[in-house]
Amino acid sequence: MHKYVLRRVLLLIPVMVGVSFVVFTIMFFTPGDPAKILLGERAPEAEVQALRTQMGLDDPFFVQYARFVTNALRGDLGRSLTTRRPASQELFARFPATMQLAAAGVLVAVLIGIPIGIVSATRQYSLFDGASMVIALVGVSMPNFWQGIMMVLLFSIYLRWFPSSGYGTFAHLIMPALTIGTSSAATITRMTRSSMLEVVRQDYIRTARAKGLSEHLVITRHALKNALIPIITVVGLQFGYLLGGAVLTETIFSWPGVGRLMVDAIRQRDYPVVQGGVLLLALTFSVVNLLVDVLYAYIDPRIKAQYK
Amino acid sequence: MNDLLLDIQDLRVTYTTEEGLVVAVDNLDLQLQRGETLGLVGETGAGKTTTALAVMQLVPDPPGKIEKGTIRFAGEDLLGKRHEEMRRVRGNRISMIFQDPMTSLNPVLTVGFQIEEAITLHQKLTQKQASRKAKDMLKLVGIQEARAGDYPHEFSGGMRQRVGIAMALSCNPELLIADEPTTALDVTIQAQVLELMRRLRDELGTSMILITHDLGVVAEVCDSVAIMYAGTVVETASTENLFSRPLHPYTRGLFGSIPSLDEEVKRLSPIRGIMPDPTELPPGCRFHPRCPSAAPICSQRSPVMIENEPGHRVNCMIYEGLVPEE
Repeated sequence: MHKYVLRRVLLLIPVMVGVSFVVFTIMFFTPGDPAKILLGERAPEAEVQALRTQMGLDDPFFVQYARFVTNALRGDLGRSLTTRRPASQELFARFPATMQLAAAGVLVAVLIGIPIGIVSATRQYSLFDGASMVIALVGVSMPNFWQGIMMVLLFSIYLRWFPSSGYGTFAHLIMPALTIGTSSAATITRMTRSSMLEVVRQDYIRTARAKGLSEHLVITRHALKNALIPIITVVGLQFGYLLGGAVLTETIFSWPGVGRLMVDAIRQRDYPVVQGGVLLLALTFSVVNLLVDVLYAYIDPRIKAQYK
Repeated sequence: MNDLLLDIQDLRVTYTTEEGLVVAVDNLDLQLQRGETLGLVGETGAGKTTTALAVMQLVPDPPGKIEKGTIRFAGEDLLGKRHEEMRRVRGNRISMIFQDPMTSLNPVLTVGFQIEEAITLHQKLTQKQASRKAKDMLKLVGIQEARAGDYPHEFSGGMRQRVGIAMALSCNPELLIADEPTTALDVTIQAQVLELMRRLRDELGTSMILITHDLGVVAEVCDSVAIMYAGTVVETASTENLFSRPLHPYTRGLFGSIPSLDEEVKRLSPIRGIMPDPTELPPGCRFHPRCPSAAPICSQRSPVMIENEPGHRVNCMIYEGLVPEE
């Protein structure tokens, strides 16, 4: 088991190297000179050039990349070009809000998706099944910026149930969490349904019925645990999707998270914050998937056995 | 011995498929005496498993449906039972061993738990007693009780089938239905598992329906035999009687396709043709397109089951005197 976890942790390294390289490369080739941004458009050319040399921006690409990686490993992501504070500080200050939103979104998605998926699968082709599949299709297809705006219109402006934006109370969390969780809920519903449909056709489900178990126990005890592997895979992936989706949702609801920070940073060419933000989100996503992989081993003894 | 345990009359089971209505079992009569072991023999698709699932009321619905017939078990009408009543019969008074031990155990639950589950469900035992009994059952089928905490993938096919047997017998059922329990196993393991089943049957006095397509297995284990063809029973007799005097042309064909040890045989003599498409069964006697004795009348009316001699029943117009034997 330790070997399995260790292996998965080691796999994080190439992933993070890849992510850092891509992010750095994109920012490197993005038009806009950081030195010029710092000093303002009308700064004398000599001053800009001096700052460029001081910041090491004239060094070759790979020298700069190596410096970026070694600094990042020490936790130094550079300073924000706009606030002059360390980018890591800026990001960590916003990180809890993003995690809160993503976790709430996943929770919404799981609480809606798994039960509906199970019921749909046990009543395949019923009215309930058909209706939930149509709703799931709508849920997947609806862009969340549009859904967010519609929810603000309906629940904040028309019904006045929830605040349209802001952060802090539970009421503030509801609409962003629903917005961000809807399409994931739909995806999880569909995955749960198909995974359960696959499992309930297995011979061991017939064996369980042949023992005289109630349908409830057959589903919860024998089917669900087997169906869970593909479901939690999707939940893990959805978490990553939610972190990405947070960029839009946070902007709509003025949620003070990493996503909104990054949107602002991109607008202002604040590249240390953008790079750091992408790295942070990628690392979070990787860690979540690591947890999912570890969870597999707890659910399926066959996976555990491979690493004994 | 006239203690009827299972009495199936005029059973018809159909599956609705995209190709049309599949009549898996039709016009099927089958009787089993208490303490008896009956071999249910037929080719793949003859309806053996569907018959077994009908008794358990586990025919997948949809697409399957028990359209008509009666199944009486120890005098009780099984088809008339409500779901909860039937659940108390399943795994308790009638249990089943399935064909493929590699897929019929749940991969994420320990074998001990899977046996224990049936026990706690049907018997008033504490968790501890049930777990003790599960271990005893494992020992009974020749598996160390220390392995109760292991998962199915840690066992070989033969051992998994033993677990299946332990599970099926854990509540001392009156009737055990074994659906080709040895088909998926190696030949050497087949003999072991068969021997185990025979021993436990004798020790526990369980009545048994053994589904197989292997006449050798029937000769070894069964008291009587029912031959199935295209969804119905065409001949039943005691094993001895059937082997010495097979009556139905299909049964004769089955025996004819087994090579004899006494004479030199260059080629096997199979029954000509193939099983009919279950969505388009031939009219009249279902075997007539393949039957060497077929006469025009065979495609016009269905044969009636007649008792040719005491205990030996056959479903063929030759014995109704309507068709001359070949």
